[in-house]
Formats: sequence, C-alpha cells, structure tokens
Amino acid sequence: MEFLVASAIGILTAAGTYMVMRLRTFPVILGMSLLTYAVNVFLFASGRLTVSAPPILTDAEVYTDPLPQALVLTAIVISFGMTAVVVMIALGSYLGADDDHVNDPVIDPDAPDGEAKP
Amino acid sequence: MSLFLVVALPFLGALLPGLMNQAGRQACAGVTFTVTLAALIGLLTNAPAVLSGEVVQTGVNWLPALGLNVNFMLDGLGFFFACLILGIGLLIITYARFYLAREDHMGEFFTYLLLFQGAMVGIVLSDNILLLLIFWELTSLSSFLLIGYWKHLPEGRQGARMALTVTGMGGLAMIGGMLILGQIAGSYDLSVILQNRELIQESPLYLPALILILLGCFTKSAQFPFHFWLPHAMAAPTPVSAYLHSATMVKAGIFLMARMWPVLSGTTEWFVIVTSAGLITMVLGAVIALFKHDLKALLAFSTVSHLGLITMLLGTGTAFGAMAAMFHILNHATFKAALFMSAGIIDHETHTRDIRLLGGLRHLMPITFVIASIAALSMAGIPFLNGFLSKEMMLEEANHTVLFNTPWLVPALATIGSLFSAAYCFRLIGHTFLGPKRDDYPAAPHDPGPGLWMPPAILVVLVVVIGCAPFLAEPFVKIVTASVLGEAAEVPKAYFKIWHGLVPALYMSIAAVVGGLLLMLIFNPLLSAWENTPRPEAKTIFEAIIAAAVSLAQTVTHGLHNGAFTRYAAIFSVTVLAVGYHAWATGTVGPATRTVQPAGPVELAGWAMLVAATCGLVALHRNRLLALIFIGIVGLMVSVGFVFFSAPDLAMTQITVEVVTIILLLLALNFLPNQTPIESTTLRRVRDGAVALALGAGAMMMSYHFLLREAVQTPISEFHLANSYKGGGGTNVVNVILVDFRGFDTFGEIIVLGIAALLIYALTETLLSGPVRARLLNRMPDQPRAGDMHPMMMVVLTRVMMPVVLMVGFYIFLRGHNEPGGGFIAGLVVSIAVVMQYMASGFAWATARQRYPYHGIIGAGVLIAGLTGIGSWFFGKPFLTSDFTYVRIPPFEKFELATAALFDVGVFLAVVGAVMLSLESFSRLARRAHVKDSDYAMDIDPSRDDPPEPTKPLEGGA
Repeated sequence: MEFLVASAIGILTAAGTYMVMRLRTFPVILGMSLLTYAVNVFLFASGRLTVSAPPILTDAEVYTDPLPQALVLTAIVISFGMTAVVVMIALGSYLGADDDHVNDPVIDPDAPDGEAKP
Repeated sequence: MSLFLVVALPFLGALLPGLMNQAGRQACAGVTFTVTLAALIGLLTNAPAVLSGEVVQTGVNWLPALGLNVNFMLDGLGFFFACLILGIGLLIITYARFYLAREDHMGEFFTYLLLFQGAMVGIVLSDNILLLLIFWELTSLSSFLLIGYWKHLPEGRQGARMALTVTGMGGLAMIGGMLILGQIAGSYDLSVILQNRELIQESPLYLPALILILLGCFTKSAQFPFHFWLPHAMAAPTPVSAYLHSATMVKAGIFLMARMWPVLSGTTEWFVIVTSAGLITMVLGAVIALFKHDLKALLAFSTVSHLGLITMLLGTGTAFGAMAAMFHILNHATFKAALFMSAGIIDHETHTRDIRLLGGLRHLMPITFVIASIAALSMAGIPFLNGFLSKEMMLEEANHTVLFNTPWLVPALATIGSLFSAAYCFRLIGHTFLGPKRDDYPAAPHDPGPGLWMPPAILVVLVVVIGCAPFLAEPFVKIVTASVLGEAAEVPKAYFKIWHGLVPALYMSIAAVVGGLLLMLIFNPLLSAWENTPRPEAKTIFEAIIAAAVSLAQTVTHGLHNGAFTRYAAIFSVTVLAVGYHAWATGTVGPATRTVQPAGPVELAGWAMLVAATCGLVALHRNRLLALIFIGIVGLMVSVGFVFFSAPDLAMTQITVEVVTIILLLLALNFLPNQTPIESTTLRRVRDGAVALALGAGAMMMSYHFLLREAVQTPISEFHLANSYKGGGGTNVVNVILVDFRGFDTFGEIIVLGIAALLIYALTETLLSGPVRARLLNRMPDQPRAGDMHPMMMVVLTRVMMPVVLMVGFYIFLRGHNEPGGGFIAGLVVSIAVVMQYMASGFAWATARQRYPYHGIIGAGVLIAGLTGIGSWFFGKPFLTSDFTYVRIPPFEKFELATAALFDVGVFLAVVGAVMLSLESFSRLARRAHVKDSDYAMDIDPSRDDPPEPTKPLEGGA
C-alpha cells in the first residue's frame, strides 16, 4: 500500500510539473492543482499510513497522527483561495490582452520598433 | 518629562500637520511649533540633573534576545545635541512658515520635518546602538523626503537620491561596525560599551569595526571622499538646508564620533584616518567653496569644510581637541544656520542665489546685511564673534598635532584651510552686499517681514554674545566635553578667552584673515585659473558608478528573469532535482522499520482510477473541459484516499473544496478558449516530460522511503492526542488542533483566505471598470446557450434542498469538536448551498435575496476569531487561550460549551465569505457578458401578473 501512495504522489508530481511547463494559462493552473494534490498527499503521508484509526478519541489504543491532517486541512482551503486568485489573474490577462500565454512576449532587439513576437 | 516622551513627541506630532493641512498654513506651522516646543520643554525639565553631571536613563526591553532594547540616556552630549535639534528646529519652523510658497503643501513639509526631528532626537538620546541604528536609518529616509520635497525639480530628486544612496550605504556599513562592536563588548548598550575601552581596542576586530563605523560617520557628515552629496542636497528648500545641513543631520556623524570617542579614539588608526580625512575635507571644502557662485553651494562647501575641521579635532584624540570640537559644533550651528537662512532670504527676495547677479544689497536689505555679515565674519574668524574663539582653539590644537612625523603639516594645512575659509566669507559679504547698487536684479529686493529675519537674528545675537563673553558658554561646553570624554580623559583646564596672549594660534589666525583679504584682491585671476583647471566632477563619477551598477544588475536580471514562466519552472525543477540528488547521494538511508501493509483489490482499483485520470488529464489536456472532468476525478480519488487512511476531516474538506474549485474553473472556462493549441515542439515536450518524470520519480522515491521508516523524532502529536480532551475539551483531535492548539495558525490562515477573496474582488472591479468591460458586454458566447436558463426542476430542487443543506452545515459545525467536521467544512458546505441558488435561479435573483455583503461576512469572521482570542487577555491568559465547560439544560443531555467553538464560528464565517466572494466575483464577469439576466428565476410563474417576455430567437442554434 505504501508503494501505491508513493507512486500516486510521484505520478501527480510528474503530471503537475509537466502541465506547469505548458505555455497557456489554463493547463498551468491545472498543473498547479495537480501539484497541490501531490504536496498535500505528501504532507499527509508524513504522518505515515494508518487504516481505520481516525484521530477521534475513543477507547481505541492506536490513532493516526493528527497533526499533518490539521496542517493539510488548512492547506486545502488556502489552496482554493490561491487557485482562485491565479485563475482571476489569468482571466484578467486573457480578457485584457486576448492572449492566454504565460510567458511574456520576447522582445526582438533587432526589430526596428521593438516589435513583440510571441 | 520622560525621555520616551521627548523622543516620541515629534513622531506622534508628525501626524498633526498632515491632518491640519486643511486648517491653513498658520495652523500647520503652529501645531508643529507647539509639538517641538513641548519636546524642548520636556528636554529642559531634565536640564538640572544633566547640568549637575548626572546621566538620566530610562528604558524598556524590546527584543532582549537580540540585545535590542529601547534604552534612552541623557548626558551632557545628548542634551547638547537635543537642544540644538529642538531649539534650531523651532527657529526653522518659524522661518519655513514664511518661506514656503502658497502652492507648497505645508502639512507634508512639516510632517517630514517632525519625522526627521524625532529621528535625530532618537539618535542623540539612544543608549542602545541597535536602536541608534534604527533612528540613524530613519534620518536617512526622512531627509530623503525633505531634500526631495520639491518633487517637480529634477535637481531635488537627484540630490535626494544621491544623499540617500551615499548615507544609506554608509548606514549599512555602520550596521556591520556596530554589530562587531556589540560582539566585542558583549552588549549593545552604549553605557556598557563605553566602559570597555581596553577590551575593544585590544580586540583584533577593532580595526574592521572602526572602519565600518567611520564609513557611516563620514558619509553622514560629508567627509572626503563622500563630501559630494551635500552640495547636491542643496536643491532642497532653504529651511531644510539650514536645518539638516548646518545643525542636525550632517552633525549626526560627528555626534557618533564624539559618542564613541572614549572607546574608539586614541589609537594610531583612529588618529591617522580621522585626522587626515578631516584635514583633507577642511581644505578641499574651503577651496571649492571660494569658487562657487551659488550662495547655497558656497555655504554647502563651507559646511563640508567646517565638518572637516570638527572631524580633525576629534581625530587628534586629545581632550583639548574634543573640547574645541564641541565648542565649534555649537558655534557652527549658530552662524551657519543663520547664514543659510540669510541665503534663503536673499533667494526669496531677489529670486536668485547667484553671487554674480548680486551686489550692493546693503542699501536695499540692511537687516539681512547685518545678520549675514555678522554670521559670515564669525565664520571667517574675526574677534568678538564666536567663530574666532573655536577657530583659535582649533589652530592651537593643530599646532600640537604631528601627523606622519611632519610637525609643520597639520598647522600649515589648518592655516590654509582657515585662509580660504576667511576668503569665502569675505567674498560672500563683498560680492553680495557691498559694491554699487545694481539695476538688474531679477526681482526688486527689500528686507522681508520679521517672520523670516527674526530666526536668524536670534542666532546672530547668540553669535555675538558668545563671542564677547565666552565665559558664559564655558561651563556648558565643559559639561558636554566631560560626557564626551567619559572616563578616558580629564576635562582640560583651559579657559575660554578672547585674548590668550601672543601665541602661535594668534599669528596663524592673523595670517588666515590677512591672507583671506589678499585672496579677495586677486580673486578674478584666481577664478579664471580655477575654471581652467580640469578636475574630476564627483557627480559624474557617482553617476557613472550608479549606471554601471544598474547595467550590471540589468544584465543579471534580464539574463535570468526574461519573463518566460515556463523557463523558470524548468530551471526550478532541474535545480530541485539536482539538490535532491545531491542529498540522496551524500546522505545515508537507514533500514526500513515499518512493515509494508498489504493492498487489496479495492485499494488497487482506487489507485488505478487516480493514475488513469492523471494520465488522461496529461494526454488529453488540450480539450479543457475534458481536463476539468479528469481533475475532478483526481480530486475525488484523493478524498477517497483520505477517508481510507483515517482522515475523515480531510476527506470532507477535500471533496467540498473540489466542488467549489470545479465551479470556479468552469466559470473561468466560460471566458477562456476551450482548446489549448499545440505550440511547443515535440522535442520540447519530450524534454519537459523527461524533467517531469525525473521529478516525479524523485518524489516517489522519497515518499516511499519515509513511508517505510518511523519518524526520526517522536512526533509531537503524542501531546495533542493526550491533551485534546483534557485541555481542549474535544475528541476530534484534528479540530482541536485547528481551533485550539494551533489556533493562531488558523487565525492567520483565515485572514489569508479573506485577503485572497478581496484580491479577487478588487481584480474584478478593476477589470469591470476598464476597457475589458466593453468587451465583456459585447461578447458573444462561443458555446450554444441552454434554451432554459433556469430549469424549473433544478430551481425547485435547490430551493427545497437549501434548508436541508444549511441544517447539515450546522450539524457538521456543531459536531466538529468531537466528530469529523468543524468550521472549515461547515463553511464550505454552506457555500455550496448558496452557490447552488446562484446556479439554479440566476445571479440577480440570488443577489436580491442576499442580505449581507460577503466582505462583511469575511470581516465578521476574522473579527469574531480575533475577539475570541483577545477575550483570553481579560483572564490574564495569552492570546487565543481557550476554555470550556459542560452545561446541562434539562431536558437535553449534558453538552459542552467551549470558547473554541466561538473561534470556529469566525472560521466558518470567513470561509463562507471568502468562497462566496470569489465565486460571486467570477460570476459578475459572466453576468455582464450575458445578454440579460432575469429577476425571475423560474421564467414561467403563474402567480405573476406580467406576461413572460416573448421568447427570443435563440442564437447559436440551440
């Protein structure tokens, strides 16, 4: 089971990184969401994997580590806020310039009037 | 009055002039004057103690761990400087009231002036060198604002920038020096440092500390080779020049040298560096000053020269030198401030400061003539004026100083410096006031009102009084000198007298005055010789250095930071990989200590779905809607994973966040293109893929390794598990950690969330008020619209569900402390309930029924959480200490009441507000883009009288 989780983290990271390196805003945002999953699961897994032992105090002897859960919980909510901000910025730039590239246009120094090309 | 108040008054008062600006110029100046007067009176209440030789001290610990404490100390030296700063400040405020033109923003000026004044007083009263550094930097910043006060003048801006660059860099050097000094002495308190002369001077770090501190002092006090900024700072309004550049800021460096005198002086290094810098500055400044045509430039260079003189005196390291330096600081402050103010009067009345355009003003401006002449003659060193006395002491000291084993060097240079000094004073008087009256002044000159001439007149009275009766100033100067010397030396027995007999200093004085007069006779040939001599222009050199630094920074920045986000991501990924590989290759990995848990078919199926969705997303990401569906699956599987691995809270959060995120992305996709075109080359995609795979493999390896090993340290969660119920009163440990153990974190997080939402709102507002608005309004949807905007089934269903969902949210909130749930999740659930109304019934319908703005809900949430935290203060507990109790109201079961629940209400509200504000902002964009939004969600409403609008032909062929 450890291998499954570890490989899931790896695959999410790889997919997220690949998507973040795309040229348009939307795939980059999706890539960052994937990376968020990867990071959250990674942080969560730092409490090690325990099945059927939620950190709700009962008569049980074994509980899973609650601290990474608390940290990841707020991270999930914050990541929503940050995604929303990034989406807004992407939207603003697309609506303002009719262009959803993430990279600045390259200024060609040889062009006579500093003409921009994508 | 407490020293705290003396220092704080100008800072607090700095608010007033800005606020009073509407009340008029008189009110502005009046309030500034009152504040300064109050601080001065406060200072003077400490005078009896200081004059009897005591040191007034007060302090509180600020950051004791860093050795940074707000300690103030008032001894003779501090008292002397504070008196100068506040006393001359009063005169300058009066003068500025009449000097500034009607169009100048007076409130702003006086605010800056008070900030500066406070910072200066802070410097001279600080007992802690770190505190001193803070005030030191504050003077650099506030003087930047003052010098650049006339923002419309390019010289003002350039001068301000140059002053800030030079003094700021010196300040940085000084921070280093002070830290070293503090390390050597083992304390950052001046009173401790000043006791450790031997320890400091024997330390191998003495020289670096000395050089760094002197860099700070020399830049601030415009000593060679940093003297060039001061004349350029003369673009400031004259009151600023008179205040900063005669009596206060440039004396800060001198002050610090005097303050540190007991521990730093007396060594060869100190003697050679300080004395030679002072001598060079003194001669150089005097020579340049003679040939300046701008009155203020002349005075600026003369200030440079006099600062050099004082530095030289401090450099000699003798008690007599220190006393002469203190006396000259007093004298220089009086006559130079008066001269600056006179120059300002001349500028104000004749509209020029160019000496070549002036002359003969004694007939037209007799009062100014008298004031300026007395001050200038004092500066020249004419008997019966105070400048003569201290200059004579300087010459006397120079006579005994042997630099570089050449006995004649210092006396000769000192005489030459005095000679040029006398010459420029004579030129100032002669070329401005004497000579025939001209008829080509730029404006008709006449004496100004008393508001302008009174302040310099008061100073000139002091010049004459001290000059004629030096014994009046003697006790005070000796008290100041005693506090400079500390225990390092005895105050010299010498008396302040006009006539010391036929001593060498007298002959040198006579030589200087006579030589100065002779120079004036041959001034014109000298001037043409001077102008024909090529010499380096400091400003050009400075600008070349700045330009070189800028172009270097540009090369580096543009090389690395060319706006290609993709590239940064690649560079970052490769760097992380390399660092990770290095750690892996050099570190050691212990044996696996945990057993691998077996995975059943259900787990495998979940994993397969996650992997398939992720791969599908990457493969098919060009179809954006499809990608969104895939990411939804990924999120769902992550939530399921959380449930499986004993994290019910996380699962609930993840799945609710997933819903709002998908809605958000859908809203965004409404505007963005639906497809991502293929742009990158295959090679590039392969390269990106390789980097991504390597990074993924790294992440996997790392996770796999630590999943199989126990934590190196015992996890702190043992504490949380043990104390959750006992201390926090809840059995859901995750929730107790959130609202209790780590409540402060959560508090910060809801604030961040609120800020993010407000940012989105602000961006939307900006978009909607800009050119984008027109585009949105004229936009045609690129997807076919649904024929029925508000399907009746959905409207009815969501409205029926609304109370149910709210109840579920309430339930989740209440059980949160003991069972999975809590403020975050409840907030998300309730948000989804509200969002459903927007989706089903339309924006207008939902907005019309919304009672409180979402900003207010965010604010209320943060406020409630904060107030809950503050509440614990009233019980003498730290911020956010929680408490709980059990109550029983029959017929209910016993239940728990915890302050943490109140905090959770804050979390809940902030989450609801933030989520809703974000989504609402997005949908506002969409709303404008639509053709029309109905107020009636169900378009067919039998209870309504007005007929439904005729069905429009649907565009897009729906």
